[in-house]
Amino acid sequence: MMRRRVQTLLLCACLSLVAVYAWAVDPTELPDPRLQARYVALTHELRCMQCQNESLADSPVDLAADLRREVRNQLLAGKSDDDIRAWMSARYGDFILFRPRYSLRNAWLWGAPAVLLLIGALVCWRVIYNRMTLLPADHEPLEEDGQSG
Amino acid sequence: MNRFLLPLGLFVLLALVLAIGIRRSPEKGIIASPLIGKSAPPFALPNLTDPAKQVRSADLKGRWYLFNVWGTWCGECRQEHETLLQVHQAGVVPIIGLDWKDDDTQAVAWLTQLGNPYESVATDHSGRAAIDWGVYGAPETFLVSPQGVVVYKHVGALTPDTWTREILPRLSGLPAGKS
Repeated sequence: MMRRRVQTLLLCACLSLVAVYAWAVDPTELPDPRLQARYVALTHELRCMQCQNESLADSPVDLAADLRREVRNQLLAGKSDDDIRAWMSARYGDFILFRPRYSLRNAWLWGAPAVLLLIGALVCWRVIYNRMTLLPADHEPLEEDGQSG
Repeated sequence: MNRFLLPLGLFVLLALVLAIGIRRSPEKGIIASPLIGKSAPPFALPNLTDPAKQVRSADLKGRWYLFNVWGTWCGECRQEHETLLQVHQAGVVPIIGLDWKDDDTQAVAWLTQLGNPYESVATDHSGRAAIDWGVYGAPETFLVSPQGVVVYKHVGALTPDTWTREILPRLSGLPAGKS
């Protein structure tokens, strides 16, 4: 019983630490919950250009804060998600989008998984097919059997 | 013979992909600016040394200029300052500064202490103008043509080498990037 309580307490302590951290990076709260949801989604799919493996939402650097402010203002001004993405990539290039666009240039990127899967399937099929043709041969006794060690 | 063809083909393909990767590795850390070949973002910002005036992109039309993003908080900008002074002394192209998210008093003190290579310095306290230029880390330098088109962008400290190899040839309309 005591142990359970200690565990719960520890868990609470850990979770509160996480909450404080999230609050510190981005305390932005938009008046409309739907706008807030879009804000959260957008800031998570835009890259922080300074610390390039973090999203705008997770990055504590100044530039990320400036870009978050820009996302917020544009959402409040009634811009669509696509408008904001286009606005960002016009300044920072497609690199700022964590989710690459569907374009001719990115075709190989989106097509590669399908092509690799196809290659895998072909290899699989060949291996299995070859095994199948080998099987009947296994039942025939080898000619050398019993003649030379 | 036939059974070696597929692995060999795959090997050649892999070698090709890696070769392209190695050849392109020097530019890996640099993110290409979508601004190259496009009009420079218009701006009208307070002048650092003369707050009553503004630095405006419209006033710069018709001549080449270097647009240099810096700040007193930026260590590499101090390294680059010597090169900027040399460029200023050469008198080939004016340098317009963008003092990015900086304290005006400190910026003025920096210029008095180290020398002022800029024709004029615009201040960007909010960081909004820098975003329009797609700046992600100072120092960054842009070369803008008389037509107001961004011709070249350099990320990081400007060196005499970049100046002679990348910027000078572009100013005289020669192909750049050769050593």
